[in-house]
Amino acid sequence: MAHDNENEHVLRQIDENLKRVYQQNLEEDLPDRFKQLLDQLKKQEPGKEV
Amino acid sequence: MSTDPREELVEHLPSLRAFAMSLCRNSAQADDLVQDTIVKAWTNMDKFKVGTNLRAWLFTILRNTFYSARRRSGREVADVDGVFSANLATKPDHDGRLAMKDFEKAFATLPDEQREALLLVGASGFSYEEAADMCGCAVGTIKSRANRGRAKLSELLSIGEDDAMELTDQSTMAVMSAANMKSM
Repeated sequence: MAHDNENEHVLRQIDENLKRVYQQNLEEDLPDRFKQLLDQLKKQEPGKEV
Repeated sequence: MSTDPREELVEHLPSLRAFAMSLCRNSAQADDLVQDTIVKAWTNMDKFKVGTNLRAWLFTILRNTFYSARRRSGREVADVDGVFSANLATKPDHDGRLAMKDFEKAFATLPDEQREALLLVGASGFSYEEAADMCGCAVGTIKSRANRGRAKLSELLSIGEDDAMELTDQSTMAVMSAANMKSM
């Protein structure tokens, strides 16, 4: 059905845009504070085994 | 290779932040949310089952943190219909590509739960089942949130009908790159 195809196309279009937005956010530089925080957490639990 | 999942946390920071960005819609709040998530994940890592999906576990912590903060602040879910204004350039531009800015603006007006569902299943490649698990709700609920979100977006952006056919080719790349994310 032409209408179904069209509808499917629109939905695919939306998901493609969602992926672009997500991808853009993925590629942004991470703030240094996250790595600093991880380093800090590591220091607080020296040698802790899982 | 280390088997301590703490060592792997850093690899998931970009996707955590991307998820936080779509939930919070502003980077300062998103960064705070990621920071809280890192601390919670680190201190609760003994509860993580090694061999299961670490990213899904981290996303679950992040969204639970987001929603409990929302409950504490007493913020109501935004009424999308009332908020959205008509200042979008709703047509695709010359090369047939939907303007990303318009798309992002429209996306930001959706209720949190719909943005979340779309981000999880539409953008980051989780299955409906995984997303339902992470959100603590039924698969049908995730499907319905995602579908309502998509319907609203297509309405806001006036895509469909005549425009739809012009939009195809530019999007192939996005599909290709999405395939990589699925394996995560």
